[in-house]
Amino acid sequence: MNIHEYQGKDIFTGFGLPVPGGSAVQTVEDAVASAKEYGLPVMVKSQVLIGGRGKAGGVKFCETVEDVKKNATNILGMDIKGHTVRTVLITPAVDIDTELYIGMLIDRNTKRVMLMASAEGGIDIETVAKDTPELIFKQIIDPRFGLLDHEAMEMGMRLCPDDIKRARQLASAMQKLYVAFIESDASMAEINPWIFTPEGVGHAIDAKVSLDDNAMYRHPDYEALRDLEAEDPSERAAREAGLSFVKLSGNVGCLVNGAGLAMATMDLVKYYGGQPANFLDIGGSSNPEKVVSALNIILADKEVKAILFNIFGGITRCDDVANGIIAATNSMDINVPIVVRLTGTNEAEGRALLAKTDLGTADTMDEVVKKAIELAG
Amino acid sequence: MAIFVDDSTKVVVQGITGRDGGFHSSEMLAYGTKVLAGVTPGRGGQKFQDTVPVYDTVKEAVTNHGVNTSVIFVPPFGAAGAIYEAADAGCKLIVCITEGVPTVDMVKVMPYLEERGARLIGPNCPGLLAPGIAKLGILPTSIVKEGPVGLVSRSGTLTYEVVYQLSAAGLGQTTCLGIGGDPVIGTTFMDAIIAFNEDPKTEAFVMIGEIGGDAEEQAAEYIKANVKKPVVSFIAGQTAPAGKKMGHAGAIVSGGSGTAAEKKKALEAAGIPVAERPMDIVPALQEIWKK
Repeated sequence: MNIHEYQGKDIFTGFGLPVPGGSAVQTVEDAVASAKEYGLPVMVKSQVLIGGRGKAGGVKFCETVEDVKKNATNILGMDIKGHTVRTVLITPAVDIDTELYIGMLIDRNTKRVMLMASAEGGIDIETVAKDTPELIFKQIIDPRFGLLDHEAMEMGMRLCPDDIKRARQLASAMQKLYVAFIESDASMAEINPWIFTPEGVGHAIDAKVSLDDNAMYRHPDYEALRDLEAEDPSERAAREAGLSFVKLSGNVGCLVNGAGLAMATMDLVKYYGGQPANFLDIGGSSNPEKVVSALNIILADKEVKAILFNIFGGITRCDDVANGIIAATNSMDINVPIVVRLTGTNEAEGRALLAKTDLGTADTMDEVVKKAIELAG
Repeated sequence: MAIFVDDSTKVVVQGITGRDGGFHSSEMLAYGTKVLAGVTPGRGGQKFQDTVPVYDTVKEAVTNHGVNTSVIFVPPFGAAGAIYEAADAGCKLIVCITEGVPTVDMVKVMPYLEERGARLIGPNCPGLLAPGIAKLGILPTSIVKEGPVGLVSRSGTLTYEVVYQLSAAGLGQTTCLGIGGDPVIGTTFMDAIIAFNEDPKTEAFVMIGEIGGDAEEQAAEYIKANVKKPVVSFIAGQTAPAGKKMGHAGAIVSGGSGTAAEKKKALEAAGIPVAERPMDIVPALQEIWKK
């Protein structure tokens, strides 16, 4: 789950990282009130879950109350790459001498958390990584000991070789960021930029944090950080129904058991010239209620002209799945053609059940995909 | 022969009294896997299906039955704890089926396993099935067949689909292995490929990847330099949009990397055919095998 800058900063503050104060507000009046509270100049920063806010005009420096009014008016409601701005962060503007990058992520290869830092802050770090990888320093962190003093200090001195005071602040910030990462179950945490003022005082002036969905059970308070309005309504409904779903823009609805098979099915729809409407992993369950939820989510998309089921009964039995599909489709009013492919355990029994219904059937994955594309027109 | 298991594999199931653990333990037993004990804290002294003794701890199962392998079916919040316990008790192979384990838990577990020389498969995986030898996990036995092909995959049902096609074409398997779809997993593609390459019974193998990370790219390099056996691949997720998690926590294209196109390119550059469709995997394997 990706969270907003202001929410990431709240987490950072909780772990002792230096973050300039700020308020997240939804109205121009509140923006002005906050600006007065913090004292001008301030920054008005759009809170959307996408990068490139500055370039899109969603981050503005304001010297006067008039500036705040004007910019907050412009930014609230602005569309940034398909994301509507509903909240802005009002935060004191700080003088910037240098901008640096500090980030942490899960490194799949070493199976550890990796610290990445660069003196090239404030710009897109992926561009730096691609064009000038030598400017990014890395440190793999041993989970038994955390980010050790000398590791943090070495990294601090690499970024600020001529200023031990700045290097120390960086070292401390990186150690705090590691604790924040582990304790909040992050999958990614970035400070871009970390800045030093001309007086040499460091601040985290941005925060980009992703939290591990699998760890939400031990952070019940983080559920409130979810931006429900930024979520696609169908993806939200799927999440609440416990289904793994991603909306796409095609017209062939796909219900598949298993994530890998679901991806392969989408790919096959595209291969045969069709467009998948979604990714949906219905899981190992043959529960009719789950099938109903899945169908409701897919049918809410008016673009969907045909629906396919691609079920490989491994542990799940095909006759159970067939009963689930039949019960679900009987209980609903569906005006879109459905084709079902069932293979695996008890496949004959499953097919016999489907033969008694109006549901279309197919023997193979290829066949179900081709039929669905044809029906979608 | 197979990879990671043999006739000396003796199994304890952690979570044997749960719904899934119980169901799959019966399946493992029915396949002839030596499931000698189960563990559920608080259920020590009971018997699973009137035959398999249940203990409170893995240590007791090791002491009483000499088990060396654990298969874990405990809920996500207890999964890491179960892995520590199995490794501490001396299990050298640990298969964690559980889906939804926090990544930070897995990061912390890894050095503990490395210190004890224990191999982990998973989490969030279907486990391993070596036809005729043992079933550790949830892979359906009805679709496998003994034979010379190895199969390693990040997926579950997609693996079944491919195994089904292999068996239907008369190509049996030495070992079918699902390594799991999470970002941090114990046994990687690379580990499986090295093992398949060294296994004298495995004559050819199939690698089923998906978007996210660069494990397929690394495997491609290794295969190019070290593997003489025929290998074919398939990558799921060509149509996946960037930044969206496709069911598996690890299946995500981030910052433009981890795409199916990149993986395909790296594999093909290493001389490994990448099947366009799942149904093309078997013909592709048959073709390079003949040569």
